Amino acid sequence: MNVWIAIALTAVGCYLAKLLGLLVPAGVLERPLAQRLAALLPVALLAALTAQQTFGDGQHLALDARGAGLAAAALALVLRAPFLVVVGVAVAVTAGVRALG
Amino acid sequence: MAEQTTFPEGVGESADAPHGNAVGPGERPAAAGAGPDGAEPTGAKPDAAVVRDALGVGIAVGLSGFAFGVTSAGSGLSLLQTCALSLAVFTGASQFALVGALAAGGNPYTAAAGAFFLGVRNSFYGLRLSQLLALPRALRPFAAQWVIDETTAVTLPQPTRRAARIGFAVTGLTLYVLWNLTTLLGALGAEALGDTDTWGLDAASPAVFLALLAPMLKSTTERVTAALAVLLALGLLPVVPAGVPVLLSALAAPAVLFLSGRMKGTGGETATKKKHAEKHSQTSTQTNTEEDR
Repeated sequence: MNVWIAIALTAVGCYLAKLLGLLVPAGVLERPLAQRLAALLPVALLAALTAQQTFGDGQHLALDARGAGLAAAALALVLRAPFLVVVGVAVAVTAGVRALG
Repeated sequence: MAEQTTFPEGVGESADAPHGNAVGPGERPAAAGAGPDGAEPTGAKPDAAVVRDALGVGIAVGLSGFAFGVTSAGSGLSLLQTCALSLAVFTGASQFALVGALAAGGNPYTAAAGAFFLGVRNSFYGLRLSQLLALPRALRPFAAQWVIDETTAVTLPQPTRRAARIGFAVTGLTLYVLWNLTTLLGALGAEALGDTDTWGLDAASPAVFLALLAPMLKSTTERVTAALAVLLALGLLPVVPAGVPVLLSALAAPAVLFLSGRMKGTGGETATKKKHAEKHSQTSTQTNTEEDR
């Protein structure tokens, strides 16, 4: 039930965010500060999510196979690999390290 | 899927230009694994060129729905819940964030809040798109569901209203159909795989986030924000309930904006700005940690 609550809230919230942009008159959200904050917010959230899902294990920090997978993904990104390759590399290296360990 | 094709000139480039660094899944130019070959024959006809760009982005990113389907099922969501997310939420980063937070044991409200904050950028895309597309008011509620990173990236650089509308519609439709189809297949596949962690699939979600983040890290401001957010997220993880650290780490964005504004005011240099922000990040992490004890 909790999962459905989360899904419903996310669906409604995200839809309204999308619709808001199409409906409000131009200029309301065009202030430079609002624009810059909107651009920086995903940076902060994505960085936090990456770190947490790589090094988080419940309420603890852990360095395990995912760390190796994400390091490989970072390398793939530096080498300008396509999106799907980056994800594939992370999965394959994580699985490999886990199989060896 | 792995073949490296160069992206049609213009799309990847201009995708970043109009809205600075707010980009998302598949804006990376190289993401268009599916090249122009499968689309319309190359010609001087602008409509065909627009459709080709749109299909390239739609197909490449649509395929990553597999990763979402697998991750969501691996996080313990049912097939129906997984598909409902792709159908109703339809903005990748938010979906990954939500299932990640739920899997980590977060309560539904903090999980949804994190996903929502990630979706807020779509409001700013909508603002720009609404001027370009000039849709009738009655159509807007229907078009809204497709206002995401990829459609914006394809639509904004188009030279005419007609091209913008074609780009928006073709990208939106291709992506919506493929994303939902591959979500279903991914979720079914995950059930067949059994323990998805054995296959390293728990690394898919953070890798997606990292791939989205990388092209945004253009200047010191973005890098300092990311570093501060990482410190906050990891520092707070052991001490506050699941889901909350990610929300609090969002504060890195206004903090860095505020600091860089002050730096500019006093004529500070980039190097000092960075030092300051890093110093600030450490102290704020410590303060937060201590407060929670």
